[in-house]
Formats: sequence, structure tokens, C-alpha cells
Amino acid sequence: MLEILLDATVRAGTPILFATLGAIINERAGIINLGIEGLMLIGALSGFAATFSSGSLLLGVVSAFVAAFIAGSIHALITVQLRGNQIVSGLALTMFGIGVTALFGRGVVGQTIDGFERHAVPLLSQLPVVGKAFFNQNGLIYFSFLLVAFIWFFFYHTRWGLNLRTIGENPAAADACGIAVNRYRFLAVACGSGLVGIGGAYLSLASTPMWIENMTAGRGWIAVALVIFASWSSVRALFGAYLFGGITAMQLRFQAMGTTVSAHVLQMLPYVFTIVVLVISTIRLQKGASQQPENLGLPYDREDRK
Amino acid sequence: MSLQFRVEKREQGSALFRTLATSASVLGALFVAGFLLLSAGVNPAAAYMEILREALGSTYGISETLVKATPLIITGLAVSVAFRMQIWNIGAEGQIYMGACGATWVALFSGLEAPLILPAMFAAAFVAGGLWASVAGLLRARWQVNEVIVTLLMNYIAILLADYLIYGPWKNPDGYNFPLTAQFSDAARLSEYFNTRLHSGFFLALFCALAVYLLMERTIWGYQIKAIGSNQAAARYAGMKTGLAIFLVLTLSGAIAGVAGFSEVAGLQHRLQHGLSPGYGYTAIIIAWLARRSALGVIIVSLLMGILLVGGDSLQLSWQLPVAFAYAFQGLILFFLLASDFFINFRLRRVKEDADA
Repeated sequence: MLEILLDATVRAGTPILFATLGAIINERAGIINLGIEGLMLIGALSGFAATFSSGSLLLGVVSAFVAAFIAGSIHALITVQLRGNQIVSGLALTMFGIGVTALFGRGVVGQTIDGFERHAVPLLSQLPVVGKAFFNQNGLIYFSFLLVAFIWFFFYHTRWGLNLRTIGENPAAADACGIAVNRYRFLAVACGSGLVGIGGAYLSLASTPMWIENMTAGRGWIAVALVIFASWSSVRALFGAYLFGGITAMQLRFQAMGTTVSAHVLQMLPYVFTIVVLVISTIRLQKGASQQPENLGLPYDREDRK
Repeated sequence: MSLQFRVEKREQGSALFRTLATSASVLGALFVAGFLLLSAGVNPAAAYMEILREALGSTYGISETLVKATPLIITGLAVSVAFRMQIWNIGAEGQIYMGACGATWVALFSGLEAPLILPAMFAAAFVAGGLWASVAGLLRARWQVNEVIVTLLMNYIAILLADYLIYGPWKNPDGYNFPLTAQFSDAARLSEYFNTRLHSGFFLALFCALAVYLLMERTIWGYQIKAIGSNQAAARYAGMKTGLAIFLVLTLSGAIAGVAGFSEVAGLQHRLQHGLSPGYGYTAIIIAWLARRSALGVIIVSLLMGILLVGGDSLQLSWQLPVAFAYAFQGLILFFLLASDFFINFRLRRVKEDADA
């Protein structure tokens, strides 16, 4: 029972994990991205369409990254180069993503593909309780583990990561050190968006190997909230995503057991839960030393330096 | 020799320049959306002509445009009131649903009669929408919790709550198990005009616009809202209670959006059903942004969006275009608008290469 629930937790949490990691990279550079929901949809559709026409899952994941990278570049262009309002631009990206995928998804509605399959990792999958849940999964889930470690390493043990964090905290100081602020920001937004796209592709290539209009159902917004819960750390994002995955898994379990509670009420749980988590982590953030990038949400203009 | 440009700030452009920039944004969005349509196998010129013909080419079309504009005006006003204070109410969609639930409860279960029932429905919708948004208002005012995320997530909860009611306790017992409530009595319906679906909710929307205009421009509260919006720290030093104001403004914003829910169920649908709003609350965000904070602007932009929605419905039938395509178009308008803001606020000055060194 616990093993099944844990397995479902990891599977439900992984798309959110990718999206949260992508959003963290955006915000570390100081750019708020509220386009996560739209980027996930763009990733989900382009991933599915590429796999459907080529038969290659790898190509699907790559296309999801590339498509979301390009869409994220619009947000980057507007917020970094043109210094536009980040909140409005992000909302526009979400609307654009919902509309564009509805339009181009018409061609593949009702089609199916062979999605990602489980591959057990030798030895590790034999571990009691956690073995099956974490090491008898599909390739994308293993990739997400590597990504969490890589992003942590990138931010805290590479020069580029340090530069990026500096830009989020104090772009004027970074600029004075000769760091190309706008170039870093642009790439962080675009690459982060690409990762969000892979989160969307997880839905259409692994969770349910098909394309359904608006299939993200608010997961992108949950990811935006989890960034705050994760205090902009990739490792904490893993816990946040699985916490959410656990709620979803339990909710589905209740439904399958046929409780008398309405399915509509059960479906509210992940959203209610996310709000509660957001409130708690915001309050905690204000009490302790805030991890929030100092310059989050503010455009950088060299002429405004003090 | 390569071209080099330097970005310079400038004083805000003239009103004419700003209007031109806004119009150019809409044209730019139409142009790019045309390419999207083309690649989806739809002739954009034919599609745009059809939108205009359907929405403006007949009395019925015009009445439908006004019908669609009604909830857009009300929610656009709701969002713009919060915008004035730099508060983002992305939850108008959910507040419409809660307002509709409040009005429906009064219509079906309160037992009120003719002269009282409509005002009571209005009040219930106002209160329900306001209470729903006040959660985000309280969290933002008391603990600085991000209101964008809270109001947005509450949309999903509100829609599920409405679904719970119409699939469960409020389902019409004589409705052959369809997920609908019973129809409202005649006393609980707004009057309709000219044998069309145009209902007095439209005039209610215009009245709301007047009320919001008077509130913002002619009262001390409106002045405070604008003062806090332009500089929160300064407003606090001037003795304004910014936390309380944030809470009240988000609540008011939600209450106004709730009125749109009342207008939709009492004027148009005469019952509560799934898909009550096809995203009016999200379109409202663009309307508020496009209208650049003016109540009259909200009415004009809402009418334009009404044309788009009526035309979009017809494209759905004739070209099998998804309804959600309107979102792509709205997103494009916002992108272009943000880009045009750059050219309003900055100028590009060509510089010689050696001058830079």
C-alpha cells in the first residue's frame, strides 16, 4: 500500500518538479515567469507531436525543450531587453500557450503513442519501501534526479551559477564586475522555460501518452507557488513537488476506493494544499533570512545605477 | 560600419503617440495571429471578415456583441480597480463563479418574491465574490502572500465548488440527471430587449463603470487607492493604512467581479451550469491593461473584445477553430502592447562607434 502510494507520488510530482526547477532558474536571475502554465502546454503538445510523427521519445523531449525555449525567449525579450512588466508578460505567455496549443493540437487529438516505460535500476530498485518508487521508474524521472543535483551544483559550485545568483540579487554590482547581465538573464529565462517544457512533455509522453487540450490543469501555477516553498533551491523543490504529488496520489486513491466524498471536492485538495503551503512558506520567509533574490521582478537599467 | 543604438529614457510620449502605439499593437497582434491561422489551414482574411460580419453585420450580431461585452465590462472594471493600487486580481474568473453561486442560491432557495428577489440576488453575488477575494486580500495584507498565485489557484477551487453544487446538492431533481440547477422563476430574471438576448445586465455594467469612475476620481478613497498604487511607502508616511486598503480593494474587486456572475445567471443563462464563464475573468486582465486604467477605456475595449468573442464563436462553427484560440490572440496583443511601452518610455539613439569608447 505504502509502496503504491509512494510510486504514484513520484509519478504525479515529476512534471511539477521539472516546472518548478525551470521557474527557479528564471527567478534566480531576477525574472518572474508567470508563463509556466502556458510553457508546460507548449512542451506537452510539441513533445507529443514530435514523438507521434517520429516514434522517438527522445526527440519528443528535445522538441519540448526547444519549443518552450523559443516561447520563453519571447518573455525574455520583453522583460529583459524591453524592460516590460514581468507579470503581464508572463500572463500573456500563459494565454498564448493555452490558445496556440488548442489551435495546433487539433491534429493530434485522440491519437496515442507508446509512452515512457519503466526500467528498474539494478540493486537500487531492490531497496525496501523506497526502492520501487524511486528506482523502478521511467527515464524522465531518473533525468529529473540528475537535474536536481546538476542545478544545485551549477548554482553553488560554478562561476556561471555564482554570476547568475549575483544578477538576481544585485544586477548593478554584477554589471560593475563585468558580467553581461542581460545575456545571462535572457539565457536563464529561455533555458528555464525549456525545462518547464519538459515538465509538460512528461504529462503527454509518460503520465497519459496522448494530447488533451489544457491537460496541465493548473500544474504550472502550482509550480509557481512551489518556488517560494522551495526557497529557490532545487533540492527543496524536489520535496515540494513530491509533497504535492503525494496529495494528488492520495486524492486519486480516495476516489478509486469509492468514498462518499464528492470527486469535485477531492480535486480541490491539491489547490487548497498549495495555498496553505504558500502561506506557511511566505510567513517563514519573512521571519528568517529571506532567500528571495533581492531584485526579483525588477527590470535592470544601467542608467538607473545609484 | 555597423549600426549601434543607445537606449535613452524619455518623457512619456504624447497622448496621440500612446493611442497610436496601442492601435499598432492590436494590428501587430492581428498580423501574427494571421500567420498562426494560416499555418492551421485557415484563411486569415476570410476569418477576420467573418468576425466583423458576424459581430457587427446584423442587429442580432450587435446585440450578441453587447451580451458578450456585459460580463467583460464588469470584470474589466473589477480588475482595474485593483490595478490602480498595483494589486493583481487574477481571480476574477473564480469570483464570477462565486457571484453566480450566491445569486443562484437566492433565486432557488431563499423563497423571496418579485420586488425583493433581484436586489437580493445582486447583493448575494456582490458579497460572495467579495468574500472569495477577501481571502487573498487578507493573506496579502497581513502576511505579504503573493496575491497573483492565491487568486489564480482559487479560480480552480471556485470552479470545482460550482461543479460540486450542480452535480450534487443543487442538481435539478426533474432534470433527467443533467448537471444543471433548476431554471430561475421569471421574477429572478433580468428583463430582455428587442427579442434578443440583450438584457438589463448591460446597463448594470454601464452603471458599474460610472460608479467606479466616481469612486476613483471623485472620492477620498479613490485618491488613496491611487496614492498607494503610485508609491506605497509615501502613502504610509502620509498616514494611510496601506494594509487595510489592500484588503478592502481586493475585496471590492472581487465583489464587482461577483456582480458579473449575477448578471450572467440572472440575465442570460437563468440557471447555474458548467462552463458559466469561458474565461471572462482572464480576458478582463487584458481589458484592464489595454484600457490603461480608465473606466471609459474599459467599456471601449470590452466592446472590441466582445466582437472578437462573437466572431470567435462563429469561427468555431465554420472552421472548427477551438474557442481557446481567442486566448492566443489576447496573449499576442499583450506582448505587442508591452513591446510598444518600451518605445513610449525609451528612445533609441544611433551612436557612432568611436563615440562609445
